[in-house]
Amino acid sequence: MDEKKNVVQEVMDGLTNWARVNSPWVLHFNSGSCNGCDIEILATLTPRYDLERLGVRLEASPRHADVLLCTGAVTRQARERLIRIYEQMHEPKFVVAIGSCALSGGVFRGCYNVMNGIEEVIPVDAYIPGCPPRPEAIIDGVVKLLNSLSPANHQITVADRNDKPSTEKAVEE
Amino acid sequence: MPDTAASKRFTVPIGPQHPALKEPGHFEFTVDGEIVTNAYVRLGYAHRGIEKAAESRNWVQNLYLLERVCGICSHIHGFAYSLAVERLANIEAPPRAQAIRVIVAELERIHSHLLWMGVSAHEAGFDTLFMYSWRDRETIMDVLEGLTGNRVNYSANVLGGVKFDVTPTQADIIRKGLTFLEERTKHYLDVIMHDTMFLQRTRGIGVMTRSQAEVMGALGPTARASNVQRDLRVEAPYAAYKDFPVQMVLDTRGDLEARFEVRINELFESYRLINQILDNLPEGELNVRVPRRIPAGEMIVRLEAPRGEVFYFIKSNGTDKLERLKVRTPTICNMTSVVRLSVGHQLADVPMILAGIDPCFSCNDRTVQIRQADGGAQPNGLSSLMSWEELRQYAIRKYEAR
Repeated sequence: MDEKKNVVQEVMDGLTNWARVNSPWVLHFNSGSCNGCDIEILATLTPRYDLERLGVRLEASPRHADVLLCTGAVTRQARERLIRIYEQMHEPKFVVAIGSCALSGGVFRGCYNVMNGIEEVIPVDAYIPGCPPRPEAIIDGVVKLLNSLSPANHQITVADRNDKPSTEKAVEE
Repeated sequence: MPDTAASKRFTVPIGPQHPALKEPGHFEFTVDGEIVTNAYVRLGYAHRGIEKAAESRNWVQNLYLLERVCGICSHIHGFAYSLAVERLANIEAPPRAQAIRVIVAELERIHSHLLWMGVSAHEAGFDTLFMYSWRDRETIMDVLEGLTGNRVNYSANVLGGVKFDVTPTQADIIRKGLTFLEERTKHYLDVIMHDTMFLQRTRGIGVMTRSQAEVMGALGPTARASNVQRDLRVEAPYAAYKDFPVQMVLDTRGDLEARFEVRINELFESYRLINQILDNLPEGELNVRVPRRIPAGEMIVRLEAPRGEVFYFIKSNGTDKLERLKVRTPTICNMTSVVRLSVGHQLADVPMILAGIDPCFSCNDRTVQIRQADGGAQPNGLSSLMSWEELRQYAIRKYEAR
């Protein structure tokens, strides 16, 4: 009985993951960035770069989103909101930190009102450095995240992904 | 529920994470049916404490910090800061540097206005215009990247001048880009003035009369669309604007359509100005040496950013760090008009009215309110604000507990 259930479960998981990798819905949250990264995220979705060709769609509600694209050094005002948005997202969920501020606080590191990066507040799966990162870098980061979502492992972190040379190679090609 | 006036009223909270804008801001609109009867805005989500951080960095480091006040109009912040520091040190950037600064400032205005046009068309549900204007905006991003090396936060300024030269080859690339954009902008002007669907969303919406604009202290294109003659490039020309005068673009109607037309006509003015400066670029050095320590004194600088007047106050105490910095950006002045003008309109028009001022929250979040975490609850459900003395004691306690 148990075995049967597992098989069904496995097939379902495989299907869900297939759908997720082919069409991840992203949510964008600005946790107190300077807008630089945000306009580059928007530029990534517009005709020149067109992230939608990879099936990525910008979504307005956290409850519909798979990936949280987060920018900014996380101000103390935005901190609670960021946690709330993260908690509203359904599992499995992934967080991409975009920009130097999101990684470490960047130029605002040490300011009295910032948390020095998103990983201080919520777990982060992929990091895209740059001030701001170019749209190509954002696409690269998202593609790397998508490639890491193998059916066998739903929650792969960046560190885990480095152990998988096959997917890594595919990305570079 | 009894059918009273109170039961019909409903408060719609929007934000800080919301689909309409890229930036965090919280709004509460009280609606009676579809009509907004009251509006409330809470800012401060993007407050990072830049003014305080500037006090702990030296004069050169601050240039890079202040460019990140806002990613969209980053050049104007560096421009204002370097002008203020140069005036304090009693030196003047060479004419060629001043001309290049103005070229970058105008390129930035073009990119900002095109960005705004796309975003506000998106608020109206006109995504085709959004996509087209952002596609064309990439032309200007390429120009900026070729010129400065970065798409956003170009850091063209150094204290005492600029970082790079505009070679004849680059000038040709800029001219070519502008010729393309000029054609496209004519098309956009045509769309905005004649598209019936779009006019239904803009004509007569969010009308701000001239006296209202003056009372509410509106700035930039928002004010100019209400026929307020307020453009620092004309009123108090700085840098190369003294030699290359700008024509002020005005409109008398004061509605959203006027704001669209003013900004698009400003694009033509920017194209003309950049071409004129490129044709008459002064020869000479790119920068002059600025001392490590800036003489003590106070300086105010006002510049015209894409969204309106940027105000910088700098106080120096004669060391290699500044003593006090104050930045005021146009959005905080225009925000009053959003709260006032949305009353009486349909809720669906509110995103358009908000986008109409070209809001930039990362610029305007200058303060943060500290509320008492425990106790001191007020009848309205909010905890009371800390007084200065309480805040001081709180800081001392926090410091000692470290």
